[in-house]
Amino acid sequence: MNSFVIAAMLLVLLGLAYQTGWSRSRAVAQSSGQRLHSRPIYHGVWVALWVVIPAALIMGLWALFGPGVADQFARSQIPAEIAAGLEPGQIVNAVSRIKAIASGFGIIGEPQPFEAEAARALSQFQLYGFLIVILAAAIIGIGALLYARGRIVPGLRARNQVERVITLLLLACSGVAILTTVGIVASLLVEAIRFFTFINPLDFFFGTVWNPRFSTTGTGAEGDYGLIPLLWGTIMVATIAMLFAVPVGLMAAIYLSQYAHPRVRNVVKPLIEILAGIPTIVYGFFALVTVGPFLSGLGATVGLDIRATSAATAGLVMGIMIIPFISSLSDDILRQVPQSLRDGSLGLGATQSETIRRVILPAALPGIVGAFLLAVSRAIGETMIVVLAAGNSPVLRFNPFEPTSTVTVTIVNQLTGDSDFAGPQSLVAFALGLTLFVLTLILNVAALTIVRRFREQYD
Amino acid sequence: MSATETQASPVHQTVRTPDPNAHPARLKADAVSVFYGEKQALFDVSIDLPEKSVSAFIGPSGCGKSTFLRCINRMNDTIEGARVAGKITLDDHNLYDQSLDVVELRARIGMVFQKPNPFPKSIFENVAYGPKIHGLARSKADLEEIVITSLQKAGLFEEVKDRLHQPGTGLSGGQQQRLCIARAIAVGPEVILMDEPCSALDPIATAIIEELIDELRSNYTIIIVTHSMQQAARVSQKTAFFHLGKLIEEGPTEEIFTNPREKRTQDYITGRIG
Repeated sequence: MNSFVIAAMLLVLLGLAYQTGWSRSRAVAQSSGQRLHSRPIYHGVWVALWVVIPAALIMGLWALFGPGVADQFARSQIPAEIAAGLEPGQIVNAVSRIKAIASGFGIIGEPQPFEAEAARALSQFQLYGFLIVILAAAIIGIGALLYARGRIVPGLRARNQVERVITLLLLACSGVAILTTVGIVASLLVEAIRFFTFINPLDFFFGTVWNPRFSTTGTGAEGDYGLIPLLWGTIMVATIAMLFAVPVGLMAAIYLSQYAHPRVRNVVKPLIEILAGIPTIVYGFFALVTVGPFLSGLGATVGLDIRATSAATAGLVMGIMIIPFISSLSDDILRQVPQSLRDGSLGLGATQSETIRRVILPAALPGIVGAFLLAVSRAIGETMIVVLAAGNSPVLRFNPFEPTSTVTVTIVNQLTGDSDFAGPQSLVAFALGLTLFVLTLILNVAALTIVRRFREQYD
Repeated sequence: MSATETQASPVHQTVRTPDPNAHPARLKADAVSVFYGEKQALFDVSIDLPEKSVSAFIGPSGCGKSTFLRCINRMNDTIEGARVAGKITLDDHNLYDQSLDVVELRARIGMVFQKPNPFPKSIFENVAYGPKIHGLARSKADLEEIVITSLQKAGLFEEVKDRLHQPGTGLSGGQQQRLCIARAIAVGPEVILMDEPCSALDPIATAIIEELIDELRSNYTIIIVTHSMQQAARVSQKTAFFHLGKLIEEGPTEEIFTNPREKRTQDYITGRIG
């Protein structure tokens, strides 16, 4: 309700401001006989901006600090003699009970008289606060409107100023993405640091045993949190996936971009891209039900002991999953190589495959390396396939035909079920997440460096 | 030179002025037509192209001169839906014969393109590219010699001898185009096709390339497509004028420019059409 009122008010104010600016500028132009620097619509937008920015600022401040102020108020409403008899924790509890009553949600048990009293006061305070803020925003908005209206002269560079505000708006939007990243990293970092108060970082990063015992009581039962087996599992699965996906994906891209008739390409490329649209959980049970038993049977015929759920199974299916990434991206990159280079090579009597190997692939290499590293990031972060197909066995093994586990799978395991985020059992997930983040970050930086170096050489 | 006169299509007659001083022609086109899908881009072009001299194709945009040039080393093969009828012979071997190896043909008939297109490799590697794929060098020293000779013939060696292993794409436009000429020469071709080789260059670079073309004439059969009539007049011994896919007139450059026999040719060289 409240937000509706605010939104409606803002809209009315905005429309009013726009209309004012628009008509005022025309009137000014007419009466002075001068030509306007900016067209009336820019004057309209200019006045509207003048109105909306201070009003939004006040609303924003209220949204930011209002709850804190209300909290303080509720606390002050608890009678001093009662507050004196309460522990700090109980006071916090009482405040949240008061707020719950005031908001009309109700609480468990009967409200005590002082709570009901305080809640009434609080809801009144909130109503007045809200009205005051709305009023203040409206007054300032209208004031700004009148001020801006008075400043309209034919020479006003409304167009340029609106442009500048738009630039700032765009900047703010790109800032959102960056701030989100910073926020995620910060929250990961904070929780990870809490984890490291339980477990020595050296034991975490260099430990070779992963065995977090699930016990919430007792001090000696914390278990081992060695990262190495998980990291090794991740690297092994991702490597198998890339070993499979890179040659297949790249060759598919070469065929599509260099050899395929346009009609063939128009059919085949979307078909390959369908692979990218399959949910990874579906790949997961494809691995579990089909690929795993197949590999196991294949191993039996050649005398190899291959488990149905193993690093190889997960890696292979993950490879299938990332083929479309590699082929589709590489295809686009290969097609961007200028026709003139192709002609130049063919004109010298090179065959098509010589042209591809010696001219087109080198020219496209930076982009292709970028595509590979994107695919690696994808493989490292992939979860569902590995959950189902890798056997979930966080033991350091070097045989790809035996079960393994990865960082992502372990995060899932540690966070599912009853987790209270107080013990290392669940906090370790953040440390693992951070490790994963740093790993992909390093890969991305490496990708950028490689791409830049090749670009210098080739442009 | 006179034999072709009788072969022109009945619909369209090319005006031909024979040149008594011309070198013998090893490269001959006979009723060449080109189709892009349904559309016919070239109509029954027949012409003899004398060796060790420069022949220029002129004409307004879209007249088919580049299309015809690309037929000579079968670069039209790389274009989807392009079809060539008629025959082009080099030493009486039809270039469009089933048994002919296109790859080998393109080594004998090199090509320089409109925009300089050096590979994203070093200057040395650019020139060494052709000899390497055709296995022309027996040793590293051999290869180096081929590269250096080719660069010398293209008049580029002195300018780049200290930076042979830097990227070819770092050169100026005119140097890049000479690099592309050196690259074509390195394969040891008999014919060099040039498709508006100076259209992307400034006047000074153009003058250098034109001088180079004049020097190369003593060893190669050069065919150049150009938009600039002055260029054709400066560098070529024989000129062919194309219009709307037809070869209108051909003859000694001097004759074409001073005394054209066909009205359209005259209109074009005096700037009235095109």
